[in-house]
Amino acid sequence: MSSDFKNIKSSDTHPPLSDENTSHFKLNENSRIAVIGGGPSGSFFAYFLLNMAERVGLDLHVDVFESRDFDNPGPAGCNMCGGIISETLVQTLATEGIELPPNIVQRGVDSYFLHMDVGSVKIETPLQEMRIAAVYRARGPKGNTDLEWGSFDGYLLKLARYKGANLIDDRVVDVAWSNGRPEIKTRGGVVRSYDLLVVAVGVNSPTLKLFQDLDMGYKPPGTTKTYICEYYLGHDGVGSNLGSSMHTFLLKIPRLEFAAIIPKGSYATVCMLGYKIDKELVQSFLNDPAVKKIFPPDWDSDKGACQCSPRMNISPAKKPYAERMVFLGDCGVSRLYKDGIGAAYRTAKAAARTALFEGVSEEDFEDHFWPTCKSLKNDNAIGKLIFLIIGQLQKISLTRRAILRMVSKEQKKEGKKRRMSAVLWDMFTGSAPYKEVFFRTLHPLFLTSFLWSFAVEIWPFKKRTTIQEES
Amino acid sequence: MKAGVLGKVYNDGDVIVRQGEAGDCMYEILEGTVEVLREKNGQEVCLAVLSKGDFFGEMAIFEREVRSATVRAMGEVRAMTIDKKTLLRRISGDPSLAFRIVEKMANRIRELDIEIERLKAI
Ligand SMILES: Cc1cc2nc3c(=O)[nH]c(=O)nc-3n(C[C@H](O)[C@H](O)[C@H](O)COP(=O)(O)OP(=O)(O)OC[C@H]3O[C@@H](n4cnc5c(N)ncnc54)[C@H](O)[C@@H]3O)c2cc1C
Repeated sequence: MSSDFKNIKSSDTHPPLSDENTSHFKLNENSRIAVIGGGPSGSFFAYFLLNMAERVGLDLHVDVFESRDFDNPGPAGCNMCGGIISETLVQTLATEGIELPPNIVQRGVDSYFLHMDVGSVKIETPLQEMRIAAVYRARGPKGNTDLEWGSFDGYLLKLARYKGANLIDDRVVDVAWSNGRPEIKTRGGVVRSYDLLVVAVGVNSPTLKLFQDLDMGYKPPGTTKTYICEYYLGHDGVGSNLGSSMHTFLLKIPRLEFAAIIPKGSYATVCMLGYKIDKELVQSFLNDPAVKKIFPPDWDSDKGACQCSPRMNISPAKKPYAERMVFLGDCGVSRLYKDGIGAAYRTAKAAARTALFEGVSEEDFEDHFWPTCKSLKNDNAIGKLIFLIIGQLQKISLTRRAILRMVSKEQKKEGKKRRMSAVLWDMFTGSAPYKEVFFRTLHPLFLTSFLWSFAVEIWPFKKRTTIQEES
Repeated sequence: MKAGVLGKVYNDGDVIVRQGEAGDCMYEILEGTVEVLREKNGQEVCLAVLSKGDFFGEMAIFEREVRSATVRAMGEVRAMTIDKKTLLRRISGDPSLAFRIVEKMANRIRELDIEIERLKAI
């Protein structure tokens, strides 16, 4: 076997293109596929590839390499995130026949609160139906003893295994080319070459460095540091303090971009995005009156059960595909700030479709996989613009009041079009593409209502808005 | 409703979908059993009984006709709606998302064929 694990630099690293390589870029009976990473994107890929292969009567061999045991609570089994499965993804998975069982859904979410310094308002779905799922990626946070709950990632991996994927609980430590095929080497000493290598390692693993040096044009995505902390409130405590609502915050705290508190079984998950998040920023958020009022009076913000600072994908990877190789989910292209698991599903499915029905050459991925990534990438550009505008509006107290006034008025009127509520709902839950959200804000009726709410707030004889709704 | 469940709970006898009404979503049954009824001249004919893993109301996704049948809960049922707009947008980007719907519809045609054959034999 002519493989080279040591000096995988520049042209040595590119697969030598022989006739055999250029003409056999199709998956055939018993083709071998390696998936590095059994997080959402890896498991979705394995599941859908095998599902579609079964439909067309093709037998494939899929190995999923994952060293984490998702049955563990806390860091050992966790892929660190807020755990919101967006409305769109829940519905799409249901259409695929994938139901999220009650032991995986820690809480169904049917509404959210928008908290600002000028007040809080609850935004409900008109259907009053639980269509957003709050899950844990591991089996709960560190110290969780309630083993009734299962891990979301563990559940997806189980689905992939049920379809026939072979789980290898080992870590991939090296990648090379062998006779024009990708070859991997694991910590446990396994060395194997494959017809297709699927990279689904996320952005919190040093593994990406292995690919950076390969001369194939791939550049890892841009990332930012975030902060997550879990607080134990007990099952009833979560119900009475947070309800079945996700709590989002637009506060005037320097460097804080966005924060949310998510209700889980017996815990509340605090998630923060911002610029250079440090202890000081975390403390100023947790000590803000808008945050404190959500927690019980005796809550101690220093007593988190589990905390972490994972990196988040904020700009796309460059060229997340090559001959016989494709990068999915976070290590490829994701959605800005929202619905990363939804993006993992979309990129995984696009790659599985391409590999099965088109082929596994660089050209096949460029023609059939890249368009899905590109549409996410283009939508993120609009998302960036929206977040920039929100950031500016957030600084002006009058606009914050006008938003609050418009939403609370809409929420009181049954049957009326809830324009601002719908825009905020889709923005915070990641339910619609950013492009759609943006165009809805340009609707003349949206602008008229918003300007009217703004004018009412400016009117000197008007009592200033402070809206509080009980959770 | 339990904290960790999705969808909406319907009680025994609740009408989830009514024949003749406009619809813009389909339903996935997450728990329980429903009966699909066709009403004609004040009489009800049971067309099918569906349970967990089945869906109904899918015709509203692909055509702009009113609901062709009434769907009623038999005992407690938990079901979730899937929006027409969300689904069509997703199918336009990924036609393979419709595989399962087409498969279920094909199964229904097969069952109908058997039913027609049975009726013709009478
Ligand atoms: C603060 C924060 C909050 C978030 N909140 C949400 C949210 O509420 N909803 C949402 O949809 N998204 C959210 N996300 C985004 C979401 O976490 C990611 O988009 C998602 O996890 C991507 O899935 P993935 O499979 O691509 O990567 P990952 O989930 O990172 O999985 C990668 C897997 O690869 C494995 N792996 C890595 N290297 C190797 C190796 N060498 N060998 C074997 N295995 C390996 C890892 O163990 C891991 O299991 C959030 C992200 C952050 C940072």
